Parts: sequence; C-alpha cells; structure tokens
Amino acid sequence: MSDPFVIVGQFIKELLIGLGLEAALTAVLLRIVGAAVLGGLVGAAAILTIWAERKLLARIQDRIGPNRVGPYGLLQSFADVLKLITKEFLIPRGADRYVFIMAPLVVVAGVIGMWAVMPLAPGLVGTEINVGVLYVIAIGAIGTLGIMMAGLSSNNKYALLGAFRTVAQMLSYTVPMLLTLLIPVMLAGSMGMLTIVEAQSSAWFILLAPLAAIIFFISSLAELGRTPFDLQEAESEIVAGFHIEYSGMGFGMFMMAEFVHAFTISALFSVIFLGGWQGPGVEAFPLLGLFYFILKTALIYFVVIWLRGTFPRLRIDQMNAFNWKFITPLALVVFMVTAILDKLAVQADFNRTAVHLGSNAIIVLGTLFILRAHAASQRRRKEVADRPQIQHSEAAGD
Amino acid sequence: MTLAQLIFLAAAAVTLVAAIMVVTAPRLIHAGLWLILSLAGIAVLFILLDNGFLAVVQVAIYIDAIAILIIIAVMLTRAVMSDADRQINRMGLAAAFASLILLAGLLAMVLQVPAASPAPLVEAEVNLDALGRALVDVDGFILPFEVASVLLVAALVGAILVAMAPARGD
Repeated sequence: MSDPFVIVGQFIKELLIGLGLEAALTAVLLRIVGAAVLGGLVGAAAILTIWAERKLLARIQDRIGPNRVGPYGLLQSFADVLKLITKEFLIPRGADRYVFIMAPLVVVAGVIGMWAVMPLAPGLVGTEINVGVLYVIAIGAIGTLGIMMAGLSSNNKYALLGAFRTVAQMLSYTVPMLLTLLIPVMLAGSMGMLTIVEAQSSAWFILLAPLAAIIFFISSLAELGRTPFDLQEAESEIVAGFHIEYSGMGFGMFMMAEFVHAFTISALFSVIFLGGWQGPGVEAFPLLGLFYFILKTALIYFVVIWLRGTFPRLRIDQMNAFNWKFITPLALVVFMVTAILDKLAVQADFNRTAVHLGSNAIIVLGTLFILRAHAASQRRRKEVADRPQIQHSEAAGD
Repeated sequence: MTLAQLIFLAAAAVTLVAAIMVVTAPRLIHAGLWLILSLAGIAVLFILLDNGFLAVVQVAIYIDAIAILIIIAVMLTRAVMSDADRQINRMGLAAAFASLILLAGLLAMVLQVPAASPAPLVEAEVNLDALGRALVDVDGFILPFEVASVLLVAALVGAILVAMAPARGD
C-alpha cells in the first residue's frame, strides 16, 4: 500500500472500468499508458542530461558552459529542442527516402526499448521477463541497425564511412559485453533483471566480479560510440559520420538517442553490478529505491562524462586490437574462472565474495605481468630492428 | 475476435508481405531491410505463442546477427549506392524449377504430419532450465550442440586464415 504507483494505477483502472470499459481492454490500455509515460520520461530525461553533460564537460575543460538561458543555463536544452523542432527536416537528393526517415526512429526505439525491463524500484518495473538480460542486448543492437540505415540511405560517402565504422565497432564489442554479462547471470542464477537485483541484497556484483564490471563498462562505452570510441562520428575525420545529412528533428533524435543511450548504459550498469534499487531502508519505503537507483545511475553517468572529457579518440586499428587482443581474451578467462570457482565455492562452502575477489585479483596481476612481458619484448624487438638499420646506413655512407 | 487474434493476423500479414518484398525489392539493401521486418514479425508470433525466450532469441540471432551480417555483405558489394540491375537473368527458369522442387519436397513433408489438435498453450510454460540441461545432456542434444560449436570454431579459424596477411617473402 505504500507504493504510490500501484495506487495511481488502481485509480485509473477503476476510473476506466467505471466508464464502462472491459477489464481486459483496461489492462491493455494501462500497459500502453505505462509504456508511454516511461518512454516519455526517459526521453525527457535526455533534456536534463544534455544540460548536465555540457555543464560538466565545460568544467572539465575550464569553461563555464551554458549560463545565459535560465538559471545556470538550465533552460538551454529546452531552447535547443524548440529550435530543432522548428527547423526543416531536409531529405537530400538521391537519398533513400523512406529508409532515411525511418533510421532515427529505429535508433530511438532501440534505446528506449531497453527501459521496458529496467527495474526502477521495488514493484516498479515495466515488465519482468525471464530473459531480461538477453532482451536488453537484443533490443540494444537494433540501434546499430538504425545507424546502418542512416549511413546507407544518406547518399553521402562520409555517412557510409561512419556506418562501416559503427558496424565494425558495435559487432566486435558485443562479444566481450555478452561474455561479461553472463557472469552476473551466473551469480544470480537467472537472466531476469528483477532476480539479478534481488540477488544483490547481500553483496553487489561489482564486489563479486570487479573485472567483469570494468570490461562491461568499457564495452558498453564502445557500444555507445562515445569518446574515446566515437570513431563513427569523428568530427575531425569524417565530419559527423552517419548523421551528417540529417537536419532538424532527425538530427535531434540521433542526439537524443545518444544521450538516452548513455543514461541507459549507466542505469544498466547500476542494475546489474551496483544492486539497482538496493539500499538501506528500501523495504520500508519502496520509493527510496527509485532514489538509490537514480543516484547510482547518475554516479556512473558522471564517470561516462568524465571519460569523455579526459580521453582522446582511438584510432580504428587501436580500437579493434584493444577489443580482440585484450578485452575479449580477458573476458573469456574471467568467465571461465568465475564459472568454475563459483561451483567449487558453493560446494566447498567457502566465502563466495572472498573467492571471487581473490580470483579477480590474481587475474589482474597475471594480466599486468603478461602485458609487462609483452611490452618488454616489443621494446627489445624494436631495438634489434633499429640496430642493423643504423649500421646499414653507415655502411652506405662510407 | 479477440485482441490476440487481431495481433496475430496483423503480424502474419506483415510477415508475409515483407517476405514477398524480400524477393521482389529491386535494391538488394531494401531486400535486406524487408527481411528484418519479416523476421521481426516472426518474433511477434513467438510472443503470441507465450514463448518470450524464442522471441528474444529470434531478435538477437536473426535480426542482430544474421540480418545485419547480410546487410554488411550487401554494403561490401559494388553497387550498394546505385539502383540494381535487372532482377531476372538467364538462370531464371532454372531457379524457378529448383524452387518448385523445394516446394514439392516441403509440402510432402508437411503433409505427412498428422493434423493433430493444437497443443494446449497455457501449460507449455518455457522451461529454460530444462532447455539448458538438454543441450549438455548425453541423452539430449549434446552431439548436435558440440558439432555446431566445432563448425563455428572452424569458421572462425577459416576467417582468420583468409584475412591473414600473406607471409613475408612470397
């Protein structure tokens, strides 16, 4: 009874039934209303996160940021949205008309669709399906499709290049992302988001699987296409990449999708690794869970912005090498070690947290050792390769 | 007519129309996009059968992996940005013959299935646990599962071999 959302839902339901609607139809209508409210709120949250991001980035770069429109520039994003809505949506000559129009819709739909299974607070979740994690991955990849559609239909070589880069990046980083998502699934024993949150009541999964959390965070940054992985819209190389030809709200929807995606990734991280709405006093006041959830999400979102303000863009070969030669093998090792140790720890009745933390620490040390040896051998090889060249040029000079 | 039936009819219609468009669309890239719509329609049909797992897997594997790979393959062809050539070449008759044979074979197979009463859907709750165990059970599907894994590894190794830079000194 302490849950206000259930009360509001009950109120609307009784109102509609009182108006003479069937109970089954009312349930469907309520679902539609709930989906619209959730999607609308998430979309509107983008307006605020854009302001927060601009302000924080400005501080990182020793600027002030938007400060003219409204107090602290708070209304700047609203003004920008109004401007984008009133601008004309141009379709370039030679563009693939319908695909061009549909692309931003597909991108936004893919991002907002992820919120359907996001547990916001105890009892406040769009829908709980037993394959929630898989659903998030599947829906999230729809955005890739939208970006490809935009790049292909624009009739522009920069857009096409951006689409190629996007596909290369997103397809490759899905591999470590899926592998690391399997670890919390193993620890919780379920792919349902709600079960994963409830399984973290004693210890957050970031304590049980810190390496998996870091790899998941990095690969989701790459899925997001943010700096340092913003090769798909690298302004200095391919102008704006896949959305170069979009104007007005078409461009606005791509921007919104990007900001909502950043926020969504943060929410996903906080649900899967930081316990979602878990926190002190949640049992008594379920609304407190929503506060904890937003707090954790905002914390992760801050890190995302921080990274964006700190790191330069990777080259495409660095991006691919980092994934296939470092992140993916590491994710495989962590996955296998966690799978084996978790079974053993449960059977031998060891402390689960200690076992996993210890194994992660050993993997980190091993990785550092291998990286150090690799760097040393590279340096040695470079020295060897440099030496005869010098002798050769000296010989030629004689 | 219930709501579920309406949704079924709509999803089935979209699936079929999209499937026809796949083979009639003049541009290859459009054919790929129609294929995605058709596959999405099948995912809706899975949801109507109360099988959320298969629906999600349908989206994850067919749309996210296979259809996108098809589009990449199309993107890598030469005429991706231009209008396509004629759709029917001189092998048209042979292709029609081959597809007729396939249709006959499929019909012969489908007609052998006894027209049994449809299984009760309400009790058919998806048991992911049983599915997972069946995949690694010796009495279950471990052999096809492992064969598929070996096939995928072979494909991986083959792709690396094809993409590997030729050895120096050639």
